[in-house]
Parts: sequence; C-alpha cells; structure tokens
Amino acid sequence: MYMLATSWADLKAILIMQGFAGFGLFGVFLLMALGLAIIFGQMRVINMAHGEFLTLGAYTTVWCSHFVDHHGPWMLPYYYPVAIVLAFFVAAIVGYFVEILLVKYLYLRPLDTLLATWGVSLIIQQALRSIFGAREDSATLPDWLMGSWSPTDAIDIPKNAVYLLGIALAMLLLVYILLYRSKWGLSVRATVQNREMAGAVGINTKWTDRMTFALGCGIAGIAGAAFTTIGSVSPQAGSLYIVDTFIVVVFGGAGSILGTVLSAFGIAQAQSILEFFLSGVLAKIFVLLGVIVILMFRPQGLIASKVRR
Amino acid sequence: MDTVYSRALGGKTGAAGLIVLCALLFLVFPLTLDNFRLNLMAKYLSYSFVAIGLVLCWGYGGILSLGQGLFWGFGGYCMAAFLKLEAARNIAREAGTDQIRALTTVGLPDFMDWNQITQLPYIWYPFRSFPITIIMVFLVPTLLAYIIGLAMFKRRVIGVYFALITQALCWLMEILFVTRQGWTGGINGITDLRTCLGWDIRTKSAMVTLYFVTCICVVGCVVLGRLILASKLGRLLIALRDGEDRVRFSGYSVANQKTFIFCVAAAISALGGALFVFNVGFMSPKLVSIEPSIYMVIFCAVGGRYSLVGAVYGAILVNYGKTYFSEQFPNLWYYFMGAVFILVTRFFPRGLAGIVEDIIPWVQRRIAARLVRGRVPAKRPAPVTRLAVEEPVSGS
Amino acid sequence: MATALAIEGLTVSFDGFKAVDNFSLSVDEGELRVVIGPNGAGKTTLLDLICGKTRRTSGTIRFKDRDISRMSEENIVDHGVGRKFQTPSVYPKLTVFQNLEISFPKGRGVWGSLFFRHSPDVTARVKEVAAEVHLEQKLHTMAEHLSHGQKQWLEIGMVLIADPQLMLLDEPVAGMSARERQQTADLLQRICVGRSVVVIEHDMNFVKQIAHKVTVMHQGKLLAEGSMDEVQNNQKVIEVYLGH
Repeated sequence: MYMLATSWADLKAILIMQGFAGFGLFGVFLLMALGLAIIFGQMRVINMAHGEFLTLGAYTTVWCSHFVDHHGPWMLPYYYPVAIVLAFFVAAIVGYFVEILLVKYLYLRPLDTLLATWGVSLIIQQALRSIFGAREDSATLPDWLMGSWSPTDAIDIPKNAVYLLGIALAMLLLVYILLYRSKWGLSVRATVQNREMAGAVGINTKWTDRMTFALGCGIAGIAGAAFTTIGSVSPQAGSLYIVDTFIVVVFGGAGSILGTVLSAFGIAQAQSILEFFLSGVLAKIFVLLGVIVILMFRPQGLIASKVRR
Repeated sequence: MDTVYSRALGGKTGAAGLIVLCALLFLVFPLTLDNFRLNLMAKYLSYSFVAIGLVLCWGYGGILSLGQGLFWGFGGYCMAAFLKLEAARNIAREAGTDQIRALTTVGLPDFMDWNQITQLPYIWYPFRSFPITIIMVFLVPTLLAYIIGLAMFKRRVIGVYFALITQALCWLMEILFVTRQGWTGGINGITDLRTCLGWDIRTKSAMVTLYFVTCICVVGCVVLGRLILASKLGRLLIALRDGEDRVRFSGYSVANQKTFIFCVAAAISALGGALFVFNVGFMSPKLVSIEPSIYMVIFCAVGGRYSLVGAVYGAILVNYGKTYFSEQFPNLWYYFMGAVFILVTRFFPRGLAGIVEDIIPWVQRRIAARLVRGRVPAKRPAPVTRLAVEEPVSGS
Repeated sequence: MATALAIEGLTVSFDGFKAVDNFSLSVDEGELRVVIGPNGAGKTTLLDLICGKTRRTSGTIRFKDRDISRMSEENIVDHGVGRKFQTPSVYPKLTVFQNLEISFPKGRGVWGSLFFRHSPDVTARVKEVAAEVHLEQKLHTMAEHLSHGQKQWLEIGMVLIADPQLMLLDEPVAGMSARERQQTADLLQRICVGRSVVVIEHDMNFVKQIAHKVTVMHQGKLLAEGSMDEVQNNQKVIEVYLGH
C-alpha cells in the first residue's frame, strides 16, 4: 500500500511523525531489552517471564491509578512518578524471589532456564488474570502526559512518546552509571568476565546474580509503567513483546548495553517506517527476516562482547 | 550381537518398554476406550511425533527447537490442502442445496471463494495428487529444516540463540499463514475435510482405522529413532552434546551431523501433523504458533527427553491433562502447566522415564528383600555399559 | 629427514595484543619437539593456530607442504593433524571403547556414521590402541569414571587412533603420578616413530626424557631452540624462568 506523498515536505513530516511514533514503541522496547540484556549478559539466563514483569509493572500502575481515582483524585497529576517507582519495586521483588527459588538452580543449563521461566510466566499470567480479570484495563493518565505537541503545522508529536523516551533514556543513564561507575557495577562486570576469580577475591557472586536479576526485572516493571501511556493492559500484554525483545537483545550482542540500544533503535525505527509503506504485519515479517539473516552472517550480534570465555 | 533387531529393540529394558507401549496402544486402549476417546487418543498421538523428534535432536543432540510446530504444521497443511481439494471437487456430488452449489466454484476450496480467488493458485497444484502430497508432506519441512539447520549450524549458532530464532521463525510462519487468507484459509485454517481418495474419514469406523494407522506410525518412528541412536551417529550426537569442539577435532563436520538430526526431527514432526489432519479433520495457524510449539517441548520433557517411548507417554499425559483440566478446572490449568514446566526442569530433568528408571531397581531390591526374608541386599552399582543420562552440564 | 611442519613468521594479534609474534618453527618427520615457556607465552595459542581453532593474522603454516592456515578444523584433521587439549576433553557419557570408536577415522560423514558397522578390524584397532595407552582393562568403563591420568591417556588414544602424521599434545602429563609419567614418556617415544609430535609441557624432567629438540617461547616470540642441555644452559632462558 504505497501512499503518494504530495510533496517532499509532506513526506518529511510523515517520516518524522512515524519516527516519533516509533519513539514511543522504542522506549518500551529499550526498557524491556535493557532489563533482559542485563540478565542475559550477566548470567546467560533467558528469562521467558520477562514480559510478565512488564505486565506486573503495568498493573501496578493501573492499580495506583484506580487507587487515586477512588481515594483522592487530587493526586492525579502527581501519582505517576510514584507509580513508576512502585512498579520497579514490585517487579524487582518478584524477580528476586524467582531467582532464589528457581533460577539459581539452573545456571549451568540455559536451555532448561528458558523452559522453567516460561512456566513462571504462565503462573504469573494466570495470577494476574485471577486478580485483575481477563479484560483489558487502563490507567487514567495525568493531563501533562496526554495530547501532542505541534512544532509546525504538519507535525504532531505525541507527548507520551516524548516522555516515554525520556524515561527510557533516564533509565539507560542510570544503568550505565550503576554498571560502570559504582562498586556494585564493578562486581557485576567482574563476575561476568571471570566468575571464579571474582568469587576468589571475595565478591559474593550469588548475591550479585540475585541483585542483577532483580534489577533486570525491575527495569521491565518500569517498561510496564511506561507501557500504560501507549496502550491498555491485559494479562497477556507483556507476552506480545517478548519475542521482539529477545530478538533485540540477541541482535544487539549479549552483554553489551550499547549494542542493545542500537539494536532496539534500529529495529523499532525500521519497523515503524516500514509500517508506513507496507501493512503492519508485512513490516514486522521483513524486519524479523532481515534481523535473522544478519544474525546468520554475524552470530555474535552488533557489538560482540570481547570476553574470552 | 549387533543385528538390526537388537539395535531396534534397545536391549532388554528397551524391548520391554516397547512391548508395553505396543500392548497399550494396540490392545488396552482400543478395548477400553469408546470411539470418541479413541479418536482423542489418536489426536494426542499425533502430537507425540514431535516429541519423538525432539528426543533425537534435543535430548541427544542438544538442539532445542522452540519452533517444531513449524514442521508439524507444514506437514499438516500439505495434507489438509489435498483433502480440501478433494472435498471441493466432490462438493457438487454431496447432498446439499442448490444454493450452496451455486455459490461455490467446483474444485476450489471455499475460503478461496470467500477471498475472491477464482483460480487455483500455482502453489496448490502439487496437492491435487495423493502421491505427490505424501512426498510434499515430508519434503517441504525437511527442506526447510535443512536450510535453517545448515545456515545456523555452519555459523555456529547454538543453544539459546538457536532456540530463540526457531521461535521467531515459527511466529513468522503463523503470521504468514494468517495473512495469506486466500492461500491458506487464514486464521480459520483449512476445515471441513471429508474424504480421502473416496474414503470418508469422518465415519466411526474410519476413525478407528486411522487410530491404528497412527499407532503403527508412532511405533515405527520409535523404532527408527532407536536405530539412529544405536548407530555411530547416535553416539556422535551424545558426544556433540557434551563436547562439540572435541568432535570437530576428531574430523567430523558438526554442522552436517546436527543438520541431519534436525531434519529427521522435522520429518517425523511433519508426519505427525499430517496424521493430525486425518484424525481431527482440520488444521489452523493457531495450532502451529509459539505456544503449542513450547507445549510440544514439554511433552518431550515430561515423558523424558532421553526416552523415545517416554516421549509418547509424555504427549499422551500432558494432552490428556489439558483436556481434563481445561474442562474441570480451567483456572487451575495454567498454574498446573507452569508447575509442570518448573518441575520438569528443576527436579525431574529426565522426566517420567527417569523416574521409572530410578524406581525399577528400587522395586527389584524390595522384592528381593521380601524373598530373602529380612535381609535388604546392598545397593547394586549402576550397570556401567548403559547409556548414562545427563547430569547438569555446562552448555550454551 | 623431511620437514613435516614448517611455520614462518606466524603472528596472531587479539585487539593489538600479540599472543604469537613473528614465530617460526620447523619440525621434521619422526621428531618429538617439546615447546616450553612460562605461562602466557603463547604455547597453547600456537597449537590453536596450527589446528585451526584460531585464525592467524599473518605468517604461514605449512604441513606436508600444504598451507593449512585457512582450512577448517575438520579438514585439517582430515589432513593428518591430531590434537590433545590442555584439559582432558573426552566424552564423559560414553565408554572408553565408544570414545575410541568415535575417533576412528572411518564413517565421518553423516551417512557414513549412520551405517557404520562394528567391523572386526575396527574393534581390533580400538583394542590395539587401548592397549597402547594402558586402558585395555577399562574398555567398558564410562569415561567420566576414569582417573585424571587415565583420561589423558584416553585422549591420547583418541588422537592416535586416527593415525595422524602430526600430533599436538598440550600438557599430556599434567596431574599424573610419577609412574604414569614414566609410562607416558615410553608411550610418546613409541608413537613418534613415523610421525611428528609437538608437546607442550612444564615438567622439565619429563621433557628431558622425551625431547629430541626443545623450543622455548616467551611473550609469543621464539626465545631459544636446541637440545635440552643447550636450552637449559642458555642465559636468556635462565633469566626468563628464574625472574621477570
């Protein structure tokens, strides 16, 4: 379905808008991929339940919004940042328990971890269904998050996309500082590169793993909070993103934050822009196929980790 | 003694397992189940083919494919295409109103009519003939597996990466099949299948016959799997799973070996898909997507990923559980399934077959103790020549 | 005597770090060459380069007068090179017999291995090699139940059964008792007849026993070469080994 743009200015405007619309999606992708990349890069664990942590974060936000609706609508403009923080902690705590009870026993068997975490995702999904019901729900958003911003007549940029991107970039910065500028981040990187040696110098590798897993899940929770600004939430909301997220992480190169960012950006943008020319489904197919073909030529992803294992 | 028989039977325990399975499939079930449940059993067995294939490529080869639904589905779709064409050809002869006959184009499946397609697409041409359809059922999935396998394995894409890519490919296939409505019947799939070469497959007696055909194929695939595993290739697969580098340095082309077993698993799965279409009468994209593909892996894991016979039991049990639970306790089903996933990876990596293997010596000791009256014999060391099973191994 | 292995100016650099730096080596047929050097000298990397596990940055590797530096691992093995790894990598879930059988050079293709039959000559050869490596009593033991030293022997046997013209052995006696070392020394002296053997080792007594010639590596470069006596009295070698 090709639309003939009537002028170059029009086309440019459309591309920019598609680009920015893509930013909203990109923000969610980025946060999900960031969380997963941390977990996968650190522990080579594929967390199939990652989408469910997004859903957990989203439902936390929705719950907050309902709470605000019932108990104090005056809180409406202020509750959202609180909800984000809460979403992080809810997801992180659940992730913490998943690690303690299950994942830590399966470190040497990544394929089994894949299956086991799929089981966790089923359980979480059903639990959410029982608590919140199977129908979609959404959060009442404060005014400052809604609407769009029009720098020119032809361009209409949705506000939530900008804020979403802002949240994602802020998280990225935070994670970067955490991983590369803090003592804890140092122990995380040490454990990734040489687990035995790290343990030998007194780093509690088990604790590091646990915290890392919880952090990754927490970030997915934030993705969920962010997600409420662009869509409504259902128990299956997260699982729709999971395959895409894995592809983003694998394509970016396991264990590389920069790779994940580039990959998320590239894939989200490619999809958004292609979606304009082709039907949504065909765009997805082409992007996916393209990624797989590239992966075959460069299996280590965009930015390979330089670790000699 | 290295004859074909002994390899196929797999020693004393192997033969016993096979005999029990045959007894169950050919005697116990037909005698105790009514037609409806027998047909259900045939449906479960159609799924077990994928599990059998996974024992070969996952349990022994270490290749986890989360997209076996892809091959199962292709086999099914090929067969469904043939049966649909036959149904469409016969629609004029079927009892029905003139109105219906006026609306349909003879020889064209109904969904093509609904999508304003007036001529049979070229892609459907091979499925007008039964022998060619049979060839396609095996050829298409195997060719796909060959391309995917070779492309991935030559580039040393393994482990989780490979699993995730197969999952993505499976998803792609589902999307493709849903959107090409005119060619594949879209989201409803291909339905309303009636006869095969003139033989009505919907009658009660047909269902029973198809059940037995399915059983014969299941046992055949188990025996084929045994033969492969008993060959040098089988030992190579175990070696590959545990030490890929070493195998490469023994002069083997690892990529070729892996691609081969992946293709075998694909072909067996395709057979299952085709039989499913016979037994159940339709095929839809929902059956071949990500979720069913992961379930197929669980059939294999529950039964025992190192046991071909176990895979069959796993498929039967999990499917039976699904039917029963979904009716009685629909909410509990997901919790139960989640728990199964966790249990089978964390506590019972060898599945039910592993439990049986552990219980049998225990039972033997107890019986011996009873006979000897009061003295429990010391635990016999495990026989060393048995193909031992996997402990947690670092693999990725 | 003919030159079997000829390496010239071999260099491999990882991100600027030269693990092997302008290294040259020449091994004759029937010679047992031992490569020694402190840790990190590049010895294992040298073997990795020869057998194709790592790709060189520059230089040539010629074996039996053919450039093998760009061949794939399995082709290099086909060409007559066999390697034993530093940590014993036998197949733990297979028996000694099966380990050796898999390493037998027949039936390497997919169809070949599918229809490979236990012909009497295969069985005979497996038993023969097992006897060479002192494992004839353990033919039906699971490889994971062998002692460390026995695993080393098994791996040597797995390399031997393919009858390679060039054997690369990385620390074959690590973890062995004194008696086992003696047996291994005898074994190595037996098997280097008619083929070339390159050994990496740290045990100087063992090296003295088996080496025809010794090559010393340091920081990826060739430091010294000669008989064991010459090398042991070489000033540079003494410096490197006794202090940094």
